[in-house]
Amino acid sequence: MNIAILSGKGGTGKTTVSTNLSTIIGANYIDCDVEEPNGFIFLNPSQIKREEVQVDYPVVDSNRCTLCGDCAKVCQFHALVRTKKDIMLFEKLCHGCHACEIVCKQGALTFEKREIGIIEEGRYGNLICRRGILNVGEPMAVPVIKKLLKNFPTGINLIDCAPGTSCNVVNSLQYADSAILVTEPSVFGFHDLKMAVQLVRNFHLPFGVIINKYNAEDDRVQKYCEKEDINILGAIPYRREAAEAYSSGKMIVELPEYKEIFEEIAKRLREVFPWN
Amino acid sequence: MELTVISGKGGTGKTTIAMALSELAKDVVKADCDVDAPNLYLFYKGRDIKKEYFYGGKKAVIDKKFCTDCKECEKVCQFDAIKDGIVNPFKCEGCGACTLVCPQKAVRLKEEKTADVYITQTNKGIISRAQMEVGSEGSGKLITQLRSNARKFSDENILIIIDGSPGIGCPVISSITGSDAVLIVTEPTQSGLEDFVRVMELCRHFGVLTFACINKYDINDKMAGEIGGFCRENDVYVIGKIPYDDTVMKSINELKPIVHYEGSKANQAIRKMWDNIQEYINRINQ
Repeated sequence: MNIAILSGKGGTGKTTVSTNLSTIIGANYIDCDVEEPNGFIFLNPSQIKREEVQVDYPVVDSNRCTLCGDCAKVCQFHALVRTKKDIMLFEKLCHGCHACEIVCKQGALTFEKREIGIIEEGRYGNLICRRGILNVGEPMAVPVIKKLLKNFPTGINLIDCAPGTSCNVVNSLQYADSAILVTEPSVFGFHDLKMAVQLVRNFHLPFGVIINKYNAEDDRVQKYCEKEDINILGAIPYRREAAEAYSSGKMIVELPEYKEIFEEIAKRLREVFPWN
Repeated sequence: MELTVISGKGGTGKTTIAMALSELAKDVVKADCDVDAPNLYLFYKGRDIKKEYFYGGKKAVIDKKFCTDCKECEKVCQFDAIKDGIVNPFKCEGCGACTLVCPQKAVRLKEEKTADVYITQTNKGIISRAQMEVGSEGSGKLITQLRSNARKFSDENILIIIDGSPGIGCPVISSITGSDAVLIVTEPTQSGLEDFVRVMELCRHFGVLTFACINKYDINDKMAGEIGGFCRENDVYVIGKIPYDDTVMKSINELKPIVHYEGSKANQAIRKMWDNIQEYINRINQ
């Protein structure tokens, strides 16, 4: 059972929900927000193992290359450019698709590997914590996410997704059985929640909503969920103590009031997405 | 002059600050480059004076009439996007390798519309913005388009303010490369600091003039001090420090920029930051 946690907008509390909930329900934690992975700050796992994420890039054998330029012509990502004296590679644009190799009549192209990020895995008690980290300056996060999600630990896995609704999130959702959308009751949060709802509906995933920074005066999210027949899994109120705990990298379930809230959410979660 | 506001971490107040600065600048063109979660335009009533389709990528399409199920396309696909002769559009990266190996020429690439691109005229000037199709890719190219649209409506006397996206990946890289200055908005939390370090390294990597702004600096003084210290060590000027202020949430929900709340502490701090930014702009222009 893989549960994706997403939000539309950044800063709504995806990581707070994922990390705290994983300790309450005993789920493994997988941080797919590889551009800004923050979950390990809170879970602080031990016995970390590291593995490189590598991508393929073409190398041109200048002795064989006749500068016909077919490789550059076929490249959809403009990663290869023919100049008067050689074939230039913009390695960060390369998707490693091997189309250039297929069209090269001279067999002048071979592939090598380069690192674009790392995967880390550690333990928090019995739970497995994994995260991907994209190297600074690398534009493409998807290969890191794909590698991270290639093998899942057994049991329940919470997948902490990137913000937004673009390719990074889509790639994480490929592996999800259900989803939790975290939102906040503001005009921004609400606007972006609707985009996230559309995304999980495109994937036909069962899902529910958690309202973070809940404020009783603002019920726009509840009204919307009622109208759209969306399960509300819980509401997490804003308190200064919680914000302080978060800011210094502490889990908010260390505060009894929040522990209770998360236990309620866990109960509701089992009603909505039953698992063994 | 192009000023890009980014954040490393989401939810730190990028849009609030980008908007406040746009209000304070007299002549300004805005570009909402947080294409995943575009919020800036929500504040303005305007008229879309131009709407275009944006084709951000391609996807493979198999013509079943010609397909003999030889599976050559599946074998060559590096992205596991083809299974039993069916293309998974979410996995397909549009590289076209499959089109090259199909003996029947049954596979072709089809351009994919990934966004609607708008130029919106408001009573406070032009906003260049986009609405991405949910689940689309290729936002880097889209951002290049949005910046180029914004430039059409500005000259050297008109400032362009870009509201960037969180993270360090392709949308952010496309938002900052070639920009005159970058303002990183951060918050004093452990995660804010970690993400700030990464996005600051990114700005350095691309050699862009970078400023920092610590938003809600008083929610954790110790953390704010750490961020300040980190900036000093790395020669990044903390151009503004903005206190936590409930009025900001009120301003978002009332869809009225924070600079119009006279008594707001955040407003006062942002105005001070704007003075500092202007001083820099003037110095650059001299």
